Amino acid sequence: MSGNKHHIGYGTYVIVWIALLAFTAITVTIAGVSLGRYTLFIALLIAAIKSALVINIFMHIKFDEPIFKIFLALSGTTILIIFVLTFVDILYR
Amino acid sequence: MSDHENVLDHKVHRDDVGAKMGMWLFLFTEVLLFGGMFLIYAVYRYQYPEQFHIAAMELNTNIGTLNTIILLTSSLTVALSIAALQKGNKLLSMIMLGTTIVLAVLFLVNKFFEWSTKFAHGIYPGSSILTSKPNGQILFFGLYYVMTGLHAIHVIIGMVILAFMLNFIKRNKVTTDNYVKLENSGLYWHLVDLIWIFLFPLFYLIQ
Repeated sequence: MSGNKHHIGYGTYVIVWIALLAFTAITVTIAGVSLGRYTLFIALLIAAIKSALVINIFMHIKFDEPIFKIFLALSGTTILIIFVLTFVDILYR
Repeated sequence: MSDHENVLDHKVHRDDVGAKMGMWLFLFTEVLLFGGMFLIYAVYRYQYPEQFHIAAMELNTNIGTLNTIILLTSSLTVALSIAALQKGNKLLSMIMLGTTIVLAVLFLVNKFFEWSTKFAHGIYPGSSILTSKPNGQILFFGLYYVMTGLHAIHVIIGMVILAFMLNFIKRNKVTTDNYVKLENSGLYWHLVDLIWIFLFPLFYLIQ
């Protein structure tokens, strides 16, 4: 690999793993509490935080070349546009 | 200058960044594949909120939670496997990779029991019990089987790829200096984990 490669230690991975388990515990606990229409929003928010941890640390995006961040932003935006356009169609049909 | 060229000549023709770019591009096609299904899920959940709610009650939250913990842990072990190889610890790398494969098998065993229970209750695509339910519930279970099924196929493929990597490390085809194959397999495995991170609350946590 290229010389400027950033290697992550075992400790960081274990900490991220503990955080992921903690978020899982939170999302399961919250699902049991009735929060009305916020329930889905909170569940998705926690899923998004968990994904950010996996993508940034486990998948090294945070330490990789910027081109990978651009790739990620591009595909994320594509998905977002597809969702927004579809829901505009559904809501105002 | 000639010194620099020598270094270049000495290097085996290899482009690790290019290899990873290819892997990421492939992962985005996977994201689009699942993204389309999540889109269908979103639209139908919007149209049949109560039916989705009732149908989701049938799912076993405990098994879903257990499988979430298993997959998150397997993501950790595959990351540790790469870190170990980077540090030159071949044995630890192989142990971690082996653990990942065992966890993947555990995930599938759970999935098997979960699905068999549903089948035993007469809830499977096209069953008379399911087709007699309202549309929203049929759609929920249809999406449940297709999305978790496609995800399970990804788990199986990931398992096979990781088994190959384990063999490559053992035979020194993947080494401390040349581990991009393992890294890319790891990326695939993390994607499988990522998809589950969204499948879990959307199917198992509608209370």
